[in-house]
Amino acid sequence: MLTNGGSSQNGVVYDVKGLNLWYGNDQALKDINLKIEENEVTAIIGPSGCGKSTFIKTLNRMVDNIPIVRTSGKIFYHGVNIFDKTVKLEELRTTVGMVFQKPNPFPKSIFENVVYGPKIHGIRNKKQLMEIAEESLKSAALWDEVKDRLHDNAYGLSGGQQQRLCIARSLAIQPDVLLMDEPTSALDPIATNRIEELIDELKNNYTIAIVTHSMQQAARISDKTAFFLMGELIEFSDTKKIFTTPEDKRTEDYITGRFG
Amino acid sequence: MVRDSFESSIKSLEEEVVKMIESVEELVIKSIDSLINKDVNLAREVIRLDDNVDKMQLEIEEKTIELIALQQPMAKHLRIIFSIAKIIIDLERVGDFCVNISKETIKIGKERHIKPLTDIPKMRDIVLGMLRNCKISFIKEDSSLAYRVGQEDELIDNLYKDVYTDVLMLIHEDSKNINQGTKLLFVGRYLERMADHITNICERIIYIADGDKVQIN
Repeated sequence: MLTNGGSSQNGVVYDVKGLNLWYGNDQALKDINLKIEENEVTAIIGPSGCGKSTFIKTLNRMVDNIPIVRTSGKIFYHGVNIFDKTVKLEELRTTVGMVFQKPNPFPKSIFENVVYGPKIHGIRNKKQLMEIAEESLKSAALWDEVKDRLHDNAYGLSGGQQQRLCIARSLAIQPDVLLMDEPTSALDPIATNRIEELIDELKNNYTIAIVTHSMQQAARISDKTAFFLMGELIEFSDTKKIFTTPEDKRTEDYITGRFG
Repeated sequence: MVRDSFESSIKSLEEEVVKMIESVEELVIKSIDSLINKDVNLAREVIRLDDNVDKMQLEIEEKTIELIALQQPMAKHLRIIFSIAKIIIDLERVGDFCVNISKETIKIGKERHIKPLTDIPKMRDIVLGMLRNCKISFIKEDSSLAYRVGQEDELIDNLYKDVYTDVLMLIHEDSKNINQGTKLLFVGRYLERMADHITNICERIIYIADGDKVQIN
């Protein structure tokens, strides 16, 4: 039912309508309305505590893991409301991959990390697993660096390589969307640059939503930018417009560094 | 703290642009004065003073490059810095036209003028008024004033047509008028071009203030 691409209407992958979210009595997201389009990079910016990470974690219902969370409103993913009881979480998270702030490889070999997902999905054929590993590592621009040591422990990789490994692991289950929560905040400028280049390549085949604290990063890599402040979506527009002629004074103040 | 010094760098950059506009105003006044009074020394002074304007352009340009490199300006900051980099090119051109006028003045020397200079001072007054209001609209980020200044360009165009017709008549009447006539035609043309450049500056000011890219005229 949750299809991998294909069934989206007019290229809209996510259509968020009137989304509210509470942690207990604290409202973290207030009436969010926005559309995430196919094969685009959507950047989500805003000061700490503005709700941007909460928002991105709602897109694959990771927030469900927190018991005191309550939501209202709808998030249509390829036309299906992800809060519907009929939606299977595993299925949603298979098509919507996630990469976190700190690289979190499993304490296993590089190869095992990448094929972990496909194995859970029942693929046992060694040749097929190797093909998946190679393809995923190539897509994550890591293959050339690790092809001769696939069975070494992933912890031996540098931070930037570990993060690309995590991206490869997400790609191995052939997702439709990649959610990234500050994927480069723990990386040096060179590793950051590699991830940014990778994001630019990946958007040809995937839809990407990225939370970032770096406005320059949002400006460099995204097509659309959403600015969140205290749980509200203040402005959502083409990245070019947000960073040259923002409509809202609060957006202007944030991106020119007057607060935040 | 770092942001405060960035904001004050932008402010001092804006102040330098204002100074550059004022220097150009002085060149416009002196170049036309020297023409009217056949004051060759004053004309030479204009040529010398223009070197300062060129220097100001380079200094401001250098600072805009520095701010872009070191501060990665966004939104309004970006619009201001980018627009200043464009504005100073237009200002520098206005200065160059004053030099061109002065060179014609030097060539005319002590010759009797072939016609009373009536339209040229009028053109100068309009150009000066445009420059002054352009400066005010830049300081106040007043886009509606900038728009009105830009529209005055039409007055200059009409006066230039008058100068053109008058001089052509004089040349037609007596071919001895060709030499100075063409020089006066050039002066009219330079003043007309100055107004075009000031209009460009006004368009930049509107972009700074409102983020709108407009073509006045």
